[in-house]
Amino acid sequence: MKQVFTRPESLKDVATHFCPGCHHGSVHRLVAEALDEFGIRSETIGVASVGCSVFLYGYFDIDVIESPHGRAPAVGTGVKRARPDRIVFTYQGDGDLAAIGMSEIIHAANRGEDITVIFVNNTTYGMTGGQMAPTTLPGQKTSTSPYGRDVKKDGAPFKMAELLSNLDGVAFSARVALNSPKNVLQAKKMIKTAFRYQVEKKGFSFIEALSSCPTNWGMTPLDANQRVTDEMVPYFPLGVYKNTANL
Amino acid sequence: MPHIIIDETRCKGCGLCTIACPKKLVSMNDTPNSMGYTVPIFSGPEQCTGCSLCAEMCPDVAISVFKE
Amino acid sequence: MQTSAAEKIFVKGNEAVAMAALEAGCRCYFGYPITPQTDIPEYLARELPRLGGEFIQAESEIGAINMLLGASATGARAMTSSSGPGISLKQEGISYMAGSELPGVIVDIMRQGPGLGGIDASQADYWQATRGGGHGGYRIIVLAPNSVQEMYDLTMLAFDLSDIYRMPAMVLADSVIGQMKESVTPNPRPQTLLPPKEWVVRGRADGTPQNVVKSLYLGDGEMEAFHWKMHARYQELADRECRWEEVQTADAELIVTAFGSTSRIAKTAVAMAREAGMKVGLMRPITLFPFPKKAYAALSERCKLFLDIELSTGQMIDDVRLSVARDADVSFYGRPPGAGSLPTPEELFEQIRKNYRACA
Repeated sequence: MKQVFTRPESLKDVATHFCPGCHHGSVHRLVAEALDEFGIRSETIGVASVGCSVFLYGYFDIDVIESPHGRAPAVGTGVKRARPDRIVFTYQGDGDLAAIGMSEIIHAANRGEDITVIFVNNTTYGMTGGQMAPTTLPGQKTSTSPYGRDVKKDGAPFKMAELLSNLDGVAFSARVALNSPKNVLQAKKMIKTAFRYQVEKKGFSFIEALSSCPTNWGMTPLDANQRVTDEMVPYFPLGVYKNTANL
Repeated sequence: MPHIIIDETRCKGCGLCTIACPKKLVSMNDTPNSMGYTVPIFSGPEQCTGCSLCAEMCPDVAISVFKE
Repeated sequence: MQTSAAEKIFVKGNEAVAMAALEAGCRCYFGYPITPQTDIPEYLARELPRLGGEFIQAESEIGAINMLLGASATGARAMTSSSGPGISLKQEGISYMAGSELPGVIVDIMRQGPGLGGIDASQADYWQATRGGGHGGYRIIVLAPNSVQEMYDLTMLAFDLSDIYRMPAMVLADSVIGQMKESVTPNPRPQTLLPPKEWVVRGRADGTPQNVVKSLYLGDGEMEAFHWKMHARYQELADRECRWEEVQTADAELIVTAFGSTSRIAKTAVAMAREAGMKVGLMRPITLFPFPKKAYAALSERCKLFLDIELSTGQMIDDVRLSVARDADVSFYGRPPGAGSLPTPEELFEQIRKNYRACA
């Protein structure tokens, strides 16, 4: 009897604080698998952000810096410029990256920093209780959009994978989801490709991972997972938006 | 025979594994674990192929998969 | 909220702030989620549109403070709210508002710091609030409620003082007061006499002077003159707007002094001390800037021992010591911020007992 599915070494053997059905755990695991696959665990520095992802250092068995809200791409830039021989990734939510951190991500991407950005998009501010986020869908009710997101006043949701793909500094930009086994396996492939860009020094790589937030959506894990399928994927199409080195 | 083991100390009863198995060999039950989550049960040692799709879906890395 | 003036309601501290802002005529709010004050933007997201007001959850606390600056420059009553890390972010914007002599209300529901810290109560942002937390050498009005009723009333006062003195005003509370629920009488907006806002940017009609809202002073002597002008304004504030509460200080031989949530616990400890036969009183500053120095000085003429209690390693104590000068000793008891750091009344009673001595 051989064990064919195991916890990646880069992921600590601990219980997580994530809610039942939250896809953060899946994304964590896939990133850890990528670090294992390339054998880069001991060279990797993670940059945690503020939100449900703040406890990165408790789950990844790597060095981690805690960055202020939204500033992880800037912190990551500092790390990579000082230690270009390290693998640097940021792990951010939609409020962190696309609201307060929009300036930092745009500029780090534009400069083409040799880092990898993992962006978990669940259309809400999770940690603080479900407020409207830059990726909240039109009409979606949250605690700060009680009447539903009004595109006329709040703007349309940002499509970060597309937006960043327009910057010359971005080498790889892809959007994935974790809502089905097929999509999980595809996400695994894309996340590995993103890290391969950094390992092969081919430029800035970006992964947008559509995720559910059952607690703040007021849904069961399975219903929330279905919302990713029914509402999020149509609005945020999965796919590769930039792949300059054709990896 | 291929089979899975669900770690009850890690499972949060989210049920994502139950929609992953192509043969519907994982289903929710009523018994809570020590955290109060109802842990799914694996009902198919005879039919399991060790495809690992349930483990791939699990956000908590609570499923281990074994094969010859 | 439509309630009759006398009808009490049972609300959270944070909600009371939001309600009072609306009652005070605030129709512009710009904020961002941060624990423990997110109830404020959530309440206003729901209520401001009903009143035709503007609610924006900004891209960051930096965005929010700059939106406040703009709205205020047009003469609108506007507010933002945050906690430690967000208040730090706002410092440049607050400095600009102070330098531009702009009113505006900033609510700070303190949490633990420094850095990410934690979400339990703290009073360790006293210096940040009262010493003009940004660059350039300015101060802002700082009001410290210790109850949900005061969260309501002092928020309305903040808008008035801010407009009268043309400077930012801060309502400084902590996560305990922000999150707790108490009965509140939603008092109507006071009929304060407010100066006309002739300085606002408004698009000039023919013949009217240009109004510029700025903080740049490059001319010879201009910046110095500005600083002395503000210095005089701060003195005027100190002369006219100090507020504080005294409990049983008339015959006290030891006066406990505390603000905010600590003062509530201290009040109980003082009552316990009186029960045990000790002559103890409580001095609670309500305006932290202007600090009620003269009130402390008056107390120190008779009472020679103060016990300063804070949820920090000691910040307000600086102002207490400055106020009583050589006329009294000031002891300290601190519970720096952290989960499990709220003192019990028994704990404070013990400190009172240890420090108490009959005056010679």
